[in-house]
Amino acid sequence: MGESLGLIYLISTVSYIIGLKFLGHPKTARKGNIISASGMAIAILGTIFLYDKEVATSIYLFIWLAIIIGSIAGWIIAKKVEMTKMPELVSMFNGMGGASAALIGLIEFQKNVGNITASTTIVISIIIGSISLSGSLIAWAKLNGILWKDIRIPRYNLINNLLILGVLVFGFFIIWSGTESNTLIYLMFFLALFYGILFVIPIGGADMPVVISLLNSLTGIAAAFTGFLFHNMVMLAGGILVGSAGFILTFAMCHAMNRPLAHVIFGVFGQDNNDLAVIPSAKNKRGIVKKITPSDAAILMNYSQKVIIVPGYGLAVAQAQHIIHEIEVFLTNKGIDVKYAIHPVAGRMPGHMNVLLAETHVEYDKLVEMEHINSEFQSTDVVLVVGANDVVNPAAHNAPSSPIYGMPILKVENAKHIIVNKRSMKPGYAGIENELFYNQKTSMLFGDAKSALTKLLHELKSM
Amino acid sequence: MNLIFEFINQNLQMIYILILMIFVGVEIIGHVPAVLHTPLMSGANALSGVVIIGAILVMLDTEPDNIIALSFGFVAVVLGILNVVGGFVVTDRMLEMFKKKK
Repeated sequence: MGESLGLIYLISTVSYIIGLKFLGHPKTARKGNIISASGMAIAILGTIFLYDKEVATSIYLFIWLAIIIGSIAGWIIAKKVEMTKMPELVSMFNGMGGASAALIGLIEFQKNVGNITASTTIVISIIIGSISLSGSLIAWAKLNGILWKDIRIPRYNLINNLLILGVLVFGFFIIWSGTESNTLIYLMFFLALFYGILFVIPIGGADMPVVISLLNSLTGIAAAFTGFLFHNMVMLAGGILVGSAGFILTFAMCHAMNRPLAHVIFGVFGQDNNDLAVIPSAKNKRGIVKKITPSDAAILMNYSQKVIIVPGYGLAVAQAQHIIHEIEVFLTNKGIDVKYAIHPVAGRMPGHMNVLLAETHVEYDKLVEMEHINSEFQSTDVVLVVGANDVVNPAAHNAPSSPIYGMPILKVENAKHIIVNKRSMKPGYAGIENELFYNQKTSMLFGDAKSALTKLLHELKSM
Repeated sequence: MNLIFEFINQNLQMIYILILMIFVGVEIIGHVPAVLHTPLMSGANALSGVVIIGAILVMLDTEPDNIIALSFGFVAVVLGILNVVGGFVVTDRMLEMFKKKK
């Protein structure tokens, strides 16, 4: 029996690799997901049915009960969630995985006292799993708007670094002393949970894509350590795959924002925030803000040849993705060339905008990534910016004192006209002024994205 | 120092897998287009639920009268399978939308 289980784990591991590989290409992605899911299913079933020791029936009942409850809950949540809520959902699921790893560590601790290798893996998987759990839940709360403000604690870096140091010292002591004390291991567990909270709480909304990928990666690593503990190859391989995938996405996101990972984690961005909230250069250049009515905006768009839409998170919050698609279809039918410019960190998780727009059946080739579309703005008549701010802030190019200096942006200021839809003049997540709004070519279409765009569409149709 | 050598020798096979998998992961995911970042992340997230196998093993190895371990294991299995099923289903939902493009 044991041998066939090994074979099943091998097949399952290969299916993860192939599945992930397929996920990387639009055509095969769905198949890839199904392949990984099947691999997971056979690994789980194999573990239950091919276990080679005597197990009481009651335990089997418990396991099946747990699997049925969790599957139904997961299925329902996944089917019901709105696409705008995707980042929240992924962080929540991620936290569950982390919690699972931490719990396993807590149970296994007593069984492995004195075995240095085993207790090291246990301690590490508890630490990483619990950081991932509490971090993900805080990320979930922040994304959900329950914890809206970026909370700042004085001497934050010092406290945080001391805390993680404390957790590590605790862990080291537990391993070294070979203690049997449950109190100590639980204390370490709670300290690590607390660290996870402090770790995510000050991180700004603009950095959320980075944090979510990083936490995802951590859960993978926690799973891998658990695999190490059980000498279980499928857990080890699967966990490491997720871990390295998460790290790559994390770095890709950091690259898209031109910020070193350490700055995101240690919140350098946020710390200087207060001083830099108003950059001198933006203040000096501050001109007059021009407002535009929906009917004027409609005229402007109606007589143009090329329109580029820049969607941001504001679009998602207002649930305006369907209306923007209607506007796009309407303009396209009039013979106007319409495209979407997608910034890599638009939205609250990597690639979030693509998912939202795909949901409304926007054609695939209309979504253009930043590198390809930046050269097109020059020949564009109207750029319609909807609920985006920092990703079109020219300060990233021309204000070295700005915290977002160096971040690649969509060069919308090269277009002939720029219409910005925003609710108010409030700065974006980065908390900095945007001189684009004071540009002579820019007109502001104030209002909630959904209502403003509905009016715009109405005006377009009545023309 | 001896301890480290001993550790490496005892776990040589797993260390091989660990290192190779890091490179496999990097190679596979290196050049994924930004369009697929979200599905890739939620798909990978579902995979991290592989920890459920550990949770099942813990439960299988627990005495029926060890209520604390059993209830912890129970919660671990529920949370793990939630991560797996939810993750795969939601990824499928997303990818289904991408498919409709033609």
